[in-house]
Amino acid sequence: MAGSNGGKRNDLRVVGKPLIKVDAKAKCIGELKYADDLVLPRMLHTKLLRSTVPHARIINIDISNAKAYPGVHAVLLGTDLPVPYGALPVSEDEHPLAIGKVRMVGDPVAAIAAVDEDVATEALDLIDVEYEPLPVVTSIEDAYAMPEPRIHEYGELGNIHRRQVYEFGSVDAGFAEADYVREDITFYEGSTHLALEQHASLAQFSHDGKLTLWTSTQDMHYLHRHVAKVLQMPASHIRVIATPNGGGFGGKCDPFNHEIIVCKLAMITGRPVKICLTREEVFYCHRGRHPVLMSTKTGYKKDGSITAMHHRTILDGGAYGGHGVASTFYTGILQPTTYTLPHYRFEAVRVFTNKAPCGPKRGHGTPQPRWAQEIQLDKIADHLGLDPAEMRKQHAIQPDSITANWIRIGTLALPQCIDKVVKGSSWKDKFRKLPYGKGIGIACSAYMTGTQTPIYYNKMPQSGVQLKLDRSGGVCVFCGSAEIGQGSDSILAYIVAEVLGIDPFDIRVVTGDTDLTPVDLGSYSSRVTLMTGNAAIEAAERARHLLREAVSAKLDVPGERLSFADRRVFDMENPEKGVSFVEAVWLAEEKYGTLGTTGSYKPPAAPGKYKGATIGPSPAFSCTATVAEVEVNPETGIVVVPRIWIAHDIGQAINPVLAIGQIEGCVYMGLGEALMEEMTYRGNRNLVHKFPSFLEYKSPTTLEMCDVMTYLIEEPDANGPFGAKEVGQGPQLPVPPAIANAVFDAVGVRIDEIPMTPDKVLKAIRAKAKAQEGRYGPSAFPTCPMPPAMVVPTPFQGGDGKAIEREPAASRK
Amino acid sequence: MKQVGNRAKSKLQKAHIVLQVNGEQVEVAFAPHKTLLEVLREDMRLTGTKHGCELGECGCCAVLVDGRPVLSCLALGVAMEGHEITTVEGMAVGTELHPLQQTFAELGAAQCGYCTPGILLTAKALLENTPRPSRDEIKEALAGNICRCTGYIKILEAVELAAARINGEKGEKAEPARETVYGWE
Repeated sequence: MAGSNGGKRNDLRVVGKPLIKVDAKAKCIGELKYADDLVLPRMLHTKLLRSTVPHARIINIDISNAKAYPGVHAVLLGTDLPVPYGALPVSEDEHPLAIGKVRMVGDPVAAIAAVDEDVATEALDLIDVEYEPLPVVTSIEDAYAMPEPRIHEYGELGNIHRRQVYEFGSVDAGFAEADYVREDITFYEGSTHLALEQHASLAQFSHDGKLTLWTSTQDMHYLHRHVAKVLQMPASHIRVIATPNGGGFGGKCDPFNHEIIVCKLAMITGRPVKICLTREEVFYCHRGRHPVLMSTKTGYKKDGSITAMHHRTILDGGAYGGHGVASTFYTGILQPTTYTLPHYRFEAVRVFTNKAPCGPKRGHGTPQPRWAQEIQLDKIADHLGLDPAEMRKQHAIQPDSITANWIRIGTLALPQCIDKVVKGSSWKDKFRKLPYGKGIGIACSAYMTGTQTPIYYNKMPQSGVQLKLDRSGGVCVFCGSAEIGQGSDSILAYIVAEVLGIDPFDIRVVTGDTDLTPVDLGSYSSRVTLMTGNAAIEAAERARHLLREAVSAKLDVPGERLSFADRRVFDMENPEKGVSFVEAVWLAEEKYGTLGTTGSYKPPAAPGKYKGATIGPSPAFSCTATVAEVEVNPETGIVVVPRIWIAHDIGQAINPVLAIGQIEGCVYMGLGEALMEEMTYRGNRNLVHKFPSFLEYKSPTTLEMCDVMTYLIEEPDANGPFGAKEVGQGPQLPVPPAIANAVFDAVGVRIDEIPMTPDKVLKAIRAKAKAQEGRYGPSAFPTCPMPPAMVVPTPFQGGDGKAIEREPAASRK
Repeated sequence: MKQVGNRAKSKLQKAHIVLQVNGEQVEVAFAPHKTLLEVLREDMRLTGTKHGCELGECGCCAVLVDGRPVLSCLALGVAMEGHEITTVEGMAVGTELHPLQQTFAELGAAQCGYCTPGILLTAKALLENTPRPSRDEIKEALAGNICRCTGYIKILEAVELAAARINGEKGEKAEPARETVYGWE
């Protein structure tokens, strides 16, 4: 396999080149059709009546006037769709429309299909809903204090959705070995994806009984299963088409109520039905970054090495489960993947509150704990008088190692990444040497390239590719991946072109269609390039084999001497002797009949055997080092970031210009989360979103965005296609902590809470001026009863990957 | 507690006017409260113009009205009679892309591509008034266009590259910098 050669290849003709994306021109001329651009004859439009109260029983809904309104074709209520669903099998706690109770402002209670949006909107006004309000759970503290009323009837304890405790090794033993132990309490506020495209879906039910759904989804395959389940229809009669996403960032991973609702309305009315959410509705769909309160207790030695960490997190999950159980794992499970960590204890709690549900956003659960550790490491280095860049380099996790929690790390060029940004930023000339108000800070991260296991248990491939070669010499690639702007369609064309020695322009890519394409699990967890890429290599190599055999027989040249390049198949020892690619296809079709091949990819097994060990492992880990430069105005507290240096180990850039684009996008999103983005609610006003609009939800514009100096480090990984590892999420992780650490370098205060808005910075500066602690951040960490830990001996202790015992519940406070 | 809606409004008669869009006269009939955005997308099927908020906050729906960028979600269709409207569909000449469209494609300045039409038109207006803008002038001109994918950098670089090419600059200046496509060394 092309990816298993170990070293960086210099014979590549397509891979590694800054080629134009296959869909770039369609995007630049306005030709590409997103979901809301689709129009079908006789199409109806849907609007949803949404709850105006955060937590209430529904006493009565009167739809009689709406039903009778001219132009209305159907009105749907929760009871019309009684089967529950949810992103994860362990938390199927949603219905497309509320049944009996609402759990947040924005919960849909009724749906109308009408001749146009105006009529649907007018008819919404004719629905009367009677609510009986229930006490409202607004925060983590509320959820701990108010076991009743429960937002859901399932979950672990009152309004606590999920608790988990793991101990890898023995943190007590680790703390005993430490020279120092420190604990930091930090808070990372929630934020939303804010993709430009508002979610849109179009459903058509044809008279042969088959349903088609076009929708802006990142995870078409999972959605397909949920639609089938809720509609109680065979999945084979449902076709889901993932339209090109106008931005995803995790916000289009969950199956959404509106997607199922338009299907049902199309089935009732016999007409195509479309919905496009308003921007305000998109804010309430959310599924974004969880607000996470963290306590990170770390033992360390004088050389900065870490002896143990006890990391606790509490996630404010909002009103539904969604991907939340996975998010909960991710607030700790990748903590041991960046620096050597011999003993690790991780405790996490997710609570339900009456707010928009949280879920996966770029980095899914990991930017929060990464922030916590990286700002703590800066404090540790400061305490020890060590250079924080050098200290990180010293203790970076070793490549080809297994972490305390049994995650296998492959290639990881973190020291090289650190060297690049240290040199590029002139770190040694600037750190602790800049004038007051200016500062520089560093942070690092590692991130997974896809998850080891699919969301629902199965042993099938996670990604499939089919190739069709036809007599034109054209090649068509079919794959279920969803193009969300990251370039996944282009990656397929580049890889197949590389293997077959043709031009990417000779290839058509068909993706995201459950009828036409083999399964790919979706655009999440940075899995797409690695998994579809490996499947594409396998399919293309099988096609190459057929062509090679046919050409070998025709030219009487041994197959191993044949080379595929420049749209030709030729004898390497006598390049004049050969056939065109088109002729090769003809010869193969003569010999084998109609030409088609498939390729599949399934990640390698992970070494951990304990329950939960399947979350965290990945075929490959990328890593990133970032230096941020800041200017802090001590009078206003305003933080400006002029420049960021960022080095990312991508293994092999399949297309460097797209890879850099992902890194710059990560820096941007990290900058926004660090300084301004926050998903917050008005606790005293029905728990409505504080600012569900582009104008008031602050995100960086061209004027706030910093300069970015990107360094691509290419340390090919044997598990990646041509050695490639992820780039879409990992580079965001170190950005907020690098900025926080630079703020300390600039004005000597610690901002232990995201976003670092001017008021927080100013409070810390003023406190320091009054000789108080120069810090802004949470000081208390609430506790709740926790289950016994699952204790897993580490590889360093000679463990076998299994849990050995459960400690008694009462043994630890 | 009751959530009681307002009673419905009555329908207005359609306006019937001639619009000048991408150099063509088009007769179109639409409800008079419709925005230019809705008229373009729904009544003329010019779906290249996108929407991200329909409140004038994100810049996605920018089109040119008499050469100036206008947020089509805030303009009424009926107010557009007698004005020359340019949408993204009108930027290319025949099969030849506008230099901005070409550089956006080359540099990956369109990731998801959803904000791209609004940004292309806003940048086109800038380059027509300021043929060789500074980086700061480009930032200022595009400050009302949100992009969530790119971090704007490839967009700024693509505008600069297009400006160089429109001005007939040759050699290195008309090609992307090495750092832009391969990163720093």
